[in-house]
Amino acid sequence: MMPSKICILRIEGTNCELETFLSFKRLGASAEIVHLKQLIGAVKERERRNLKGYDLLVIPGGFSSGDYIRAGAILAARIKGALGKEIEDFTENGNPVLGICNGFQVLVEMGLLPGFTHEKTEMQQVALTTNDSARFECRPALIKHESKGKCVFTRGIEEGSILKMPCAHAEGKFFIEEKKREEYIPLLEENDQIVFRYVDTDGTYASYPWNPNGSIYNVAGICNPEGNILGLMPHPERAFYAFMDSEWSRAARERRREEGEKKEDAYGDGKRIFESVLDYLQSRRFLKRKVYK
Amino acid sequence: MTIEVEVTIKLKHGVADPEGENTKKALNLLGFKNVRSVKTMKTFRIEIEPGEEEKVKYEVEEMCRKLLANPVIHDYEISVAW
Repeated sequence: MMPSKICILRIEGTNCELETFLSFKRLGASAEIVHLKQLIGAVKERERRNLKGYDLLVIPGGFSSGDYIRAGAILAARIKGALGKEIEDFTENGNPVLGICNGFQVLVEMGLLPGFTHEKTEMQQVALTTNDSARFECRPALIKHESKGKCVFTRGIEEGSILKMPCAHAEGKFFIEEKKREEYIPLLEENDQIVFRYVDTDGTYASYPWNPNGSIYNVAGICNPEGNILGLMPHPERAFYAFMDSEWSRAARERRREEGEKKEDAYGDGKRIFESVLDYLQSRRFLKRKVYK
Repeated sequence: MTIEVEVTIKLKHGVADPEGENTKKALNLLGFKNVRSVKTMKTFRIEIEPGEEEKVKYEVEEMCRKLLANPVIHDYEISVAW
């Protein structure tokens, strides 16, 4: 089986691209960290890359271009300016795009998310703005999986499951203008675009600190109406292994006390997102295959 | 010769400004009890080549739309020193 090819975009100020790279690599995909300049062609011939050669594009977290102007605004402008057509072709072919944290902000700034079809525009329709606390919120977050199956990144995850992965951002408040809220929220629901929402340990939609940034409707991650573009604020690549959870040793100790020794799951919840999308890529390749008799 | 354009990006009315709120709290704690409200905004000073008034105005507005402001949360104000 041919491994899926993953392009992890890097520019100055991105972070966690190595964790993302390793997450895909550990699951058997062929991942590569690619600088934006390599895609634009502003490098030596042998270092040039073409987006067409990849199955999936990841825009990682971080503080691209120093978060100047607004988080994600400069990277979004650079991608739109230099790669607009390529990205459009890439997504319209149904190739998945994942935006983690800063990457989510970039996708929103580019107008790719929420990307309502009835008003396709390059303008932003929502915003990810300063957290209500005005602080950098950095800790594990609980998010409930709400997608009914449209999002290709979470098809392997049951609806209603609660996942735990760290969030780390200062500008992550999902915001819709007040006068558009009544229109957009039901639309997001109807299109099955709401993928993750912040919850407390009981799975109830709770306010701060469970909702770390004050997001409207507790939104933590959304996809486009087609389901192939996902943006989320928490970092799945920082929850690939169970031990990456900051509460891991205590939780394991407590579980041992309650349930006795037994083999523990070595993996964290973040892994399931990478697994799901790789499964999707493999099945897609199978469907696209032509059989000659 | 260039002309100087100042673009000020403000949060729209009704959009929370946690940075301003926190600054207000800090000022109150420092003893400035008369401070009622603080709002933050950002100014870009841009030097551009001179051109016709209409064209310059249009171009700067395009800059705001394409990069400097997010229409969901921001209003912008342009002033030009001719």
